[in-house]
Amino acid sequence: MPFVPHTDQDIQKMLDTIGVDSIDQLFDEIPAHLRAKPLSGVPEGLSEMDMMRRMSERAQLDAGAQCFIGAGAYEHHVPAAVWDVATRGEFMTAYTPYQAEASQGTLQLIYEYQSMMCELTGLDVSNASLYDGASGLAEAVLMAIRANRKSKSKKVLVAASLHPLYRKAVESIVSNQGISMEFVGFNTDELSVDQAALDAFAGQDFAALVIPQPNFFGTIEDVNALSDWAHGNNMLVIAVVNPTSLALLAPPGEWGEHGADIAVGEGQPLGLPLASGGPYFGFICCTNKLVRQMPGRIIGRTLDLDGKDGYTLTLQAREQHIRRSKATSNICTNQGLAVTAATIYLTMLGYEGLSRVARASYQNAKILRHKLASLKGVNIKHELATFHEFVICLDQDADAVLSAMAEQDVLGGLSLKQDFPDLGNSILVCTTETKNESDLDNYVRVLGEAIARVGGSAC
Amino acid sequence: MSNIPGELKYLSSHEWARLEEDGETVTVGITHHAQDLLGDVVFVELPEVGAEIAAGEEAGVVESVKAASDIFAPVGGVVIEINEELEESPELVNSEPYDDGWFFKVKISDAEELASLLDAEAYAEACEAEDH
Amino acid sequence: MLIFEKGAQGRFASSQAPKEMADCDLPEALLRKQKAKLPEVSELQAVRHFTNLSRKNFSIDTQFYPLGSCTMKYNPRGAHRAASLPGFLSRHPLAPESHSQGYLSCVYELQEILKEVTGMAGVSLCPMAGAQGEFAGVAMIKAYHEGRNDYGRTEIIVPEAAHGTNPATAVMCGYKVKEVPVKSDGDVDLEALQAAVGPQTAGIMMTNPSTCGVFERQIDAIAKTVHDAGGLLYYDGANLNAILGKVRPGDMGFDVLHMNLHKTFATPHGGGGPGSGPVAVGKRLLPYLPTPIVGKRDEAGKSVYSWLDDNDLPDSIGRLSAFMGNAGIILRAYVYAVLLGRDGLHRVGEFSTLNANYMAKLMEQAGFKLAYPERRATHEFIITLSKQAKELGVTAMDFAKRLLDFGYHAPTTYFPLLVPECFLIEPTETESIDELEGFVAAMIEIQKEAESSAELVRGAPYTQPVRRLDDVKAARELDVAYTTKG
Repeated sequence: MPFVPHTDQDIQKMLDTIGVDSIDQLFDEIPAHLRAKPLSGVPEGLSEMDMMRRMSERAQLDAGAQCFIGAGAYEHHVPAAVWDVATRGEFMTAYTPYQAEASQGTLQLIYEYQSMMCELTGLDVSNASLYDGASGLAEAVLMAIRANRKSKSKKVLVAASLHPLYRKAVESIVSNQGISMEFVGFNTDELSVDQAALDAFAGQDFAALVIPQPNFFGTIEDVNALSDWAHGNNMLVIAVVNPTSLALLAPPGEWGEHGADIAVGEGQPLGLPLASGGPYFGFICCTNKLVRQMPGRIIGRTLDLDGKDGYTLTLQAREQHIRRSKATSNICTNQGLAVTAATIYLTMLGYEGLSRVARASYQNAKILRHKLASLKGVNIKHELATFHEFVICLDQDADAVLSAMAEQDVLGGLSLKQDFPDLGNSILVCTTETKNESDLDNYVRVLGEAIARVGGSAC
Repeated sequence: MSNIPGELKYLSSHEWARLEEDGETVTVGITHHAQDLLGDVVFVELPEVGAEIAAGEEAGVVESVKAASDIFAPVGGVVIEINEELEESPELVNSEPYDDGWFFKVKISDAEELASLLDAEAYAEACEAEDH
Repeated sequence: MLIFEKGAQGRFASSQAPKEMADCDLPEALLRKQKAKLPEVSELQAVRHFTNLSRKNFSIDTQFYPLGSCTMKYNPRGAHRAASLPGFLSRHPLAPESHSQGYLSCVYELQEILKEVTGMAGVSLCPMAGAQGEFAGVAMIKAYHEGRNDYGRTEIIVPEAAHGTNPATAVMCGYKVKEVPVKSDGDVDLEALQAAVGPQTAGIMMTNPSTCGVFERQIDAIAKTVHDAGGLLYYDGANLNAILGKVRPGDMGFDVLHMNLHKTFATPHGGGGPGSGPVAVGKRLLPYLPTPIVGKRDEAGKSVYSWLDDNDLPDSIGRLSAFMGNAGIILRAYVYAVLLGRDGLHRVGEFSTLNANYMAKLMEQAGFKLAYPERRATHEFIITLSKQAKELGVTAMDFAKRLLDFGYHAPTTYFPLLVPECFLIEPTETESIDELEGFVAAMIEIQKEAESSAELVRGAPYTQPVRRLDDVKAARELDVAYTTKG
């Protein structure tokens, strides 16, 4: 029996002690007509050897392509030691640190993580993490609605240059509480917030303005102006940021006159593999003023009976196990193991390493953009300030071109046709430090061939 | 045993109310018994000055390490002052629940409401009933 | 020592970073002006620091960890290894289906397996944890009522023994919470429930076996009561391990449920996460499942797997994350199910129940008071230490801390709230009889200590990296980041 250690002798001894004849008798309080039949729809078990063969074959089906898709999940080099250490059994198979004295490893690590995230975002407080960037943004929106006492509207204003999947996730999570979003359009040439569209909302009642930086298209927004505009209109500022970019870009805590109030984002770039979308982790940081509205776990430093430093869960009265229906959120878990990896990643790279990763990613995107500018059938409208992603517009059907590229094992980017039909046959392309000059040349070659193969004209 | 001053009025949810000498200001806090149940208070959330609250309405929250309780307004009116000391020193709720540990002051809108509150004796009975 | 207090200015793991490249030429006003104060250590210093931190943790791999309601069972390494195959790790969440058939086939098969073990009609693996599964489940209940233009249902009923997440979830979905009492035998007060339901009832959230560690015997009557009132039944799968292979929530009358793959399907708890909280639904709620889910079609005799999203399920409650939840956890759970197979899954409920009942009997024989002595234990059981607290001044918390000195992680303490000074003990099926007996022996030893030298127990633990911590100071003088101290 896989993973069940009982010998026949053990079973007999246990049944005798309990005073029953069979294991089945232990279920005699369950009404007989409810007792399940054998699980005929589940296949027979496999040995580990047979299972590994099956899984290796399947993993192989998904392997081998070069990935130029970003859109919220980014391929970065992960130092070998990160997951070697993070998957030590003592980290991987521990649970939420309820018994602080027996969980100082996890607790101190999260305190260090919180400290690093505060440094990166320029804010005072970080929690121990949320599920992912998108659901993290939903929590930030709920937090802003609770915190902004000047606003009565239960509405937030969102830059339409936000990731469309974030937009969808936030909507499904907050709409049940009667909270709604309105969107500030973006300029389709500049691919950043449209000032006139923004001005149309001046003076209206919103709890917060959500500003992505860089935005979904990779474009750098003028966050100082946006942040000041929001504060001038009694809105809190929620920054949605890429943590790698924060090695280069101004931290949310320093945006404009007052800084953002809440910063949230996807932690995946900090040492987590792409892995089909998870587990990742959402980070969320805020000013001291908002700490009691923060959802999820927070670790604090304190002293033990002997006056020695120690770490413990704190401000638990905000949480569901105490406040029940009045909790700031129903969230219990954080993404502990993902945060463990991210903390080790940030430690190994340090600020110097992280900023080299950010600059290399930025430079590669710039180089690729230059190379593509001369390719026939590819339109790059202008030289926008972008981080490590940018939009190209094709003369042919974007989906057909991407399929043709995939046949050559190059995943050429994300088609924007469905989410942004106004942008025509556009593709969002991403590079990170993992790409070298020959990868970039290969991309240009494969894209050129795909365009030639698809032929015709769709625009 | 618990300290229940005879001159105050009470809610069974453990808030006390004191009519001040001006005849229209009521000071509100939580009882000695309440702070004892909660344990070390670590945070108090108070209403905003100027807010209008109705009797029986939630007017704040008091938190200890392991628990959090809503504070209900014993009487209705406009909040005219809050105890800002509590932000820095929430432990006053434990050490001086009836003095420096007060929560907020209300300008009462209906003096009749005070009469409907429990007196010390009735509150003591209520506490006992709760303990079984 | 914190990592920030180690190392030296300018030091970093240089082989891990790309070569220095030209500066970026983004607008000056939008750039960072000051370096972020991240650690400055060598690769070895980093590895050593975190390896040493890990040694300050209790974990399943190192200790018996009978945390009630958390199902701390062995996390098979094979599942971890399989999910970490390079093809799976490097797959981008938005990769085209042509480069995703391996992953998608695993997801599809897990959906089918979960349908079978729960007795439900459809499954979505999107929710990233139990609490998000609960959210999705209640949001579907809401969508169902609203889909029938029934807007008068404003209340969710929750038994008082429920996990705190249940009422918190109901509120996140815009519902009011009505609690119903639990009787002294651990079953729901059926009369109180009958009085509580009405046209305002959207549904009930229940855990069965309940958090009292007993099976709710009146489940048929409860289902009928709620269904007759027009409400739906939500099953909190926190305790699914107890009945896996023995009873199916679908057969009990539940309309929707979530599972905790990190409990029942043995994926690692990771120091607090990631988890995974798939939802399963009966026919009525199928249109509302959160997206995306994976479908299968036949192409020239070959199975092809593809995503189904909002276009395919227009009434879906939508997305819960940017991509599709904790994919790596889903893979691990799939592998766990593949390793166990039909017979192995069947034994999960049996042996977790056997272990709990055996331990409960030993504890009772040793003089500890069971909270529900007349009932069968399920996969977990409760003892109450209120006599020890009253007579010896030694509380459940003191017992818990002293257990750490004996090398056992403490059970869940002070939950459920309705049993005073309680331990909720869940041994799980992967523990051997030796561990169970060792734990009981430690409890007997601590009981002796409590009788002869209560101070000793009250001062525990003594063998951990720190002694008891000042939680009040932690909350009053908030120190949550190294930098706030300058």
